[in-house]
Amino acid sequence: MKPFEYVAAGSLAEAVSHLDSAGPAARPLAGGTDLLPQMRYFRAHPPLVVDVKRIPELRQLSCVGEGLHIGAAVPLADIAAHPDVTRLYPAIAYSCSLVGSVQIRSRATLGGNLCNAAPSADTVPGLICLGAHAVVTGPAGRREIPVEEFNTDPGKTVLGTGELLVEVVVPPPPDRSAVSYLRFTPRQEMDIAVTGVASLLKFSEGGMVYQARIVMAAVGPTHLRARRAEGVLEGQRPTAELVSRAAEEAAGECQPISDVRASADYRRHLVGVLAGRTLLKSAEAQGIRV
Amino acid sequence: MKRVVTLTVNGEQRQALAEPRVTLLELLRDGLGLTGSKEGCGDGNCGACTVLLNGRPVNSCLVLAVEVDGSDVFTIEGLARSGALHPLQQAFIDHGGLQCGFCTPGLVMVAYALLQENPHPTEQEVRMAIAGNLCRCTGYDKVVRAVMAVG
Repeated sequence: MKPFEYVAAGSLAEAVSHLDSAGPAARPLAGGTDLLPQMRYFRAHPPLVVDVKRIPELRQLSCVGEGLHIGAAVPLADIAAHPDVTRLYPAIAYSCSLVGSVQIRSRATLGGNLCNAAPSADTVPGLICLGAHAVVTGPAGRREIPVEEFNTDPGKTVLGTGELLVEVVVPPPPDRSAVSYLRFTPRQEMDIAVTGVASLLKFSEGGMVYQARIVMAAVGPTHLRARRAEGVLEGQRPTAELVSRAAEEAAGECQPISDVRASADYRRHLVGVLAGRTLLKSAEAQGIRV
Repeated sequence: MKRVVTLTVNGEQRQALAEPRVTLLELLRDGLGLTGSKEGCGDGNCGACTVLLNGRPVNSCLVLAVEVDGSDVFTIEGLARSGALHPLQQAFIDHGGLQCGFCTPGLVMVAYALLQENPHPTEQEVRMAIAGNLCRCTGYDKVVRAVMAVG
């Protein structure tokens, strides 16, 4: 690693002031499981690293009336094990438990998973399904950004110089709804999603699909909504035929590339399979037999 | 610029100087002479550098020494007490859970962390817990048997 300056910020104001004055190459440090390998292999050369783990706002994990607040520096292991998260947001708990190994999850954070902006990030699809937003603070003050709009390209976010992710806020899950996330990996643990699909299904009292959200991972420059597939489902009674039609539509909407982990064709095939399975899983979680 | 890092290692308070770019693993090995924790990959894939940081297993190659100022670190050197091996270490020997031994400190520490949290894990739980530790000698079965024997 090249030499750099390190500062452990004690407050949001202190972190923002350090990040702002050091310029765009400065990097916040939470779990470090992405940043330190980047620095070790000379893919990142921050002159200044600002440790944000001691900032109280970034350490909070609480479930109150208006939803779930996940501080940007809370380790994934804490989120996956939090009783309110496992009870009310099982898909979020599950996706946090998929990242890396036990050792990685002791350090890695949901904030880092989002800010690293990998289209394969496992924690992001469920957040988008639930309409989560990111709370950001910076030199110009505080702003809120839907998680869906947070990443703009692989490795790129909407964060400007001096801006810092404070927390991700997940609204309460809608009544009569369920979310599930499924991914495909050659290994169960310690692997990166070849493709992942999350779905939210909200049903009307009569058992019709009132609202559908389908979010695909690792098949585009960012996580992608399968909006046409959502449209296939909404307002309809869920049947096996309808679910297959939606899954096919999602496969048509993804924008995969071929790389070292899979070909574009294989990824497209996986979207179809995973979309179908996650929709069935979300329906089943609401007691709807398809 | 070097900074003073004060931490508790295996119950003993230690102090060392470290540049920000020095990892916890380098501090343990080169600064404090605790060479039990190994560097395999240096990027969090192999688990050979696993230590407990404030009670939780971490890859010490992915932690900066300056981050752990004021923290509690537990390494493989802290397991044996007055010359007697910890039951987990003895079980690795009894079940042939090691051959070259390079991955062993990391595997023992991650297994120790698992047993602290879950004293009677299932085989599946043991396999998931050690998934972040690479071993090219044992094929893992003997490691799993060793951990199950203690749990």
